[in-house]
Amino acid sequence: MGIDLSNFAESIGGVDHGPLWIAGQQTRTPAPSQLRLVAAPAGIVDLQPDEMTVVCGAGTPINELRTELAKVGQYVNLPDGLTGPGTVGGALAEGHSDIYRLGRGPVRDTLLQVRYVNHDGQVVTAGGPTVKNVSGFDLCRLLIGSHGQLGYFGETILRTRPLPQSSRWFVMSEASRTVVEKILRVIYRPASVLWDGHKVWFCIEGNPKDCAAIIQRISVELPVITEISEPPDLSLYPHRQSVPPRLLGDVVQESARSDSHKIIVEAGVGIVHHQVPPESTPIEKGITILHRQILEQFNPTGRLNPGIEILASAPSL
Amino acid sequence: MRDKPQVQSLNTQLISRLRAALNVHRVHTASADIDLYKRDASNIEGRAGVVCFPLTTAEVQSVVSICAEFQQPFVARGSGTGLSGGATPLDGAVVISTAKMNRLISVDPVHRHAWIEPGMLNLDLTREVTHLGLHFAPDPSSQQSCTIGGNVANNSGGPHCLADGVTSSHILACEVVLSDGSVVMLGGEDPEPDGLDLRGAFIGSEGMFGITTKICVRLMQNYQAVSTMLMDFTSVQAGAETVSAIIAAGMVPAALEMMDQLCLEAVEAYIHAGLPTDAAVALLVEVSGLPHAVTDDTERISEIGRAHGARTIRIAQDEAERALLWKGRKTAFGAIARIKPNYYLHDTVVPRRKLNEVLQEVYRIAQRHDLLVLNVFHAGDGNLHPLLIFDKRDPGIMERVHAAGEEIVRVSVEAGGVLSGEHGIGLEKRDFMPLMFGPHDLHAQASMRVAFDPLGIANPFKVLPSPSQCGDAHDMGEDMWV
Repeated sequence: MGIDLSNFAESIGGVDHGPLWIAGQQTRTPAPSQLRLVAAPAGIVDLQPDEMTVVCGAGTPINELRTELAKVGQYVNLPDGLTGPGTVGGALAEGHSDIYRLGRGPVRDTLLQVRYVNHDGQVVTAGGPTVKNVSGFDLCRLLIGSHGQLGYFGETILRTRPLPQSSRWFVMSEASRTVVEKILRVIYRPASVLWDGHKVWFCIEGNPKDCAAIIQRISVELPVITEISEPPDLSLYPHRQSVPPRLLGDVVQESARSDSHKIIVEAGVGIVHHQVPPESTPIEKGITILHRQILEQFNPTGRLNPGIEILASAPSL
Repeated sequence: MRDKPQVQSLNTQLISRLRAALNVHRVHTASADIDLYKRDASNIEGRAGVVCFPLTTAEVQSVVSICAEFQQPFVARGSGTGLSGGATPLDGAVVISTAKMNRLISVDPVHRHAWIEPGMLNLDLTREVTHLGLHFAPDPSSQQSCTIGGNVANNSGGPHCLADGVTSSHILACEVVLSDGSVVMLGGEDPEPDGLDLRGAFIGSEGMFGITTKICVRLMQNYQAVSTMLMDFTSVQAGAETVSAIIAAGMVPAALEMMDQLCLEAVEAYIHAGLPTDAAVALLVEVSGLPHAVTDDTERISEIGRAHGARTIRIAQDEAERALLWKGRKTAFGAIARIKPNYYLHDTVVPRRKLNEVLQEVYRIAQRHDLLVLNVFHAGDGNLHPLLIFDKRDPGIMERVHAAGEEIVRVSVEAGGVLSGEHGIGLEKRDFMPLMFGPHDLHAQASMRVAFDPLGIANPFKVLPSPSQCGDAHDMGEDMWV
């Protein structure tokens, strides 16, 4: 049971060999007006709760997927875009994880198999349909976060997870580095810990009785904790930066000295959410060379999503 | 297209360069020494030309640079516990053993990662961080002797990877020496390094993209509570359906293992744990985490077991009983020596709902080929390990073993499964790759290989069947043998 990708492949390889752009709901990256747009198939074709897998078109709206999975008590680890949930393909092509990465893991662990269309219009299968697989090289990992430059996702098989029985957010108004480190040490596998230097927000998930016991226990050791209905709004922090989590204390401290440069960091993970674009970090020359060699193999004419430079934000060392 | 790497006997100039780069005592050429490296733990033999034991990244870099200069294929090797021939050197390749690079470099207990060298043994890492309340999640059955570098090369799994994922989910960064001798850091302590996920692409590349010389591993908090239970069934079908029902009920146990009757008999005779030897199958289920979740899940799983006809449900009452049940699972391969002296262990994955159907077919295949088969495997993720047991002194037995093995692989893939769940492809399953992948798919994988190793000298001939290995020296010369 698979999606017929022939029309999708034809739209990429059969019309012309000029530049293309794949567009979903454009919640992450707007499509350039001058390029021919193609769209991936949409729709859920197979949902197997006892396999913890779902087969769907890459153009499937994430909201639709969430609704259907919730009916069987499961979710898929795909984040929203900047202006809305967007599509499955968009989330995978961007490859960014959401604020629950600390507990739920990165997006890159979500994709089990993909049938994508390459620069030449050929349908290529990467990965395998089962939750465990080491048959051949891990092309799926390479494709996630490739911004459509190595191929256009057509059909995906995604790993699903049971919805947590309980998911609760809390905030503390004392937010020293010591407090944050204590939360990371004391709480068993928190789902998320956010920190801006003034407040700490954290989320615990799991059995309701365990969640209650955790709160009861840490309330004795930590400053006043208040339960809140949802995490802080990060829409004012559209820019992200990735740093080693051990450096976050310094990053937050530096930000606290500035009135204009506000940030919220994902403690224990290393993502810094900025209001303004952060400075880029230099890239090793060897990494740049590997990227060039991969693009030469997978997108030799540069026709897939031209204009996106995956490493453009960073100068080479 | 670049020139093919030269497949030739090692010349004295190359060996003298290697000795100058390392130390005469860490470059072995005597046949008695290098004969030990002609294969890994598989049955596939090759031939090592020379075996090098570097101690640092710079030394690995020197060895690889010399190989590049001479266009000489090289093979990285850890403990040699691989089961697919991935570390088997072909035609006198240079073997680069990272076994002596086995230090724990640093640990960050707050952010839960450690930097290690690739030759560190899997279990040694967990032992080193136990006092911090941490562990390394991937736990292959060979964890007492396999290296983390080998785990990275094969993207290894283990019984406790059901809930927490296999090696790729637990590696943050790899320092890698590429085939031209350059050193790159793939991934990093930070979660989203700029660009493509080169770290993810490298893990599971079976030594064909380069050699890792430093690894940053993610460490997990130890659980606060654990419950281990053994439930047995009078039919394979009932056991298999219980597996699916547990997952469908929204639980992902830490481990969910299945042992069939022949396995139970062999293990019980070996360790005397009171296993139900008259059962068709038994499930070893472990849930871990926080206390209330563990208690509730144990109860729910027991109910599901009873609803599917579990005859008995034995819940370990203390750590000693838990250890005994796990000993039964982990010593299964040792126990089979009481039945026959030799075994061939297979590794495929099927959808959970096809477990019973495929297992029944495995039994039929073994019967057709007049072979004994026992099954002990990771049922929770559908990862089968049919174990064909035999006495290789029996005339014609190996032909039957290989024929049965091929049929098992075909049946698994036809059921919607995959060729390997954790052992990798290596040489063993290289020629089965077209069962899963078409020409365009294999070409894409070959393109990855070319991008990482344009010289085609990092462990050539593995994983990809000949037509897709545009970069490797795939035309075997007359002087080559496998």
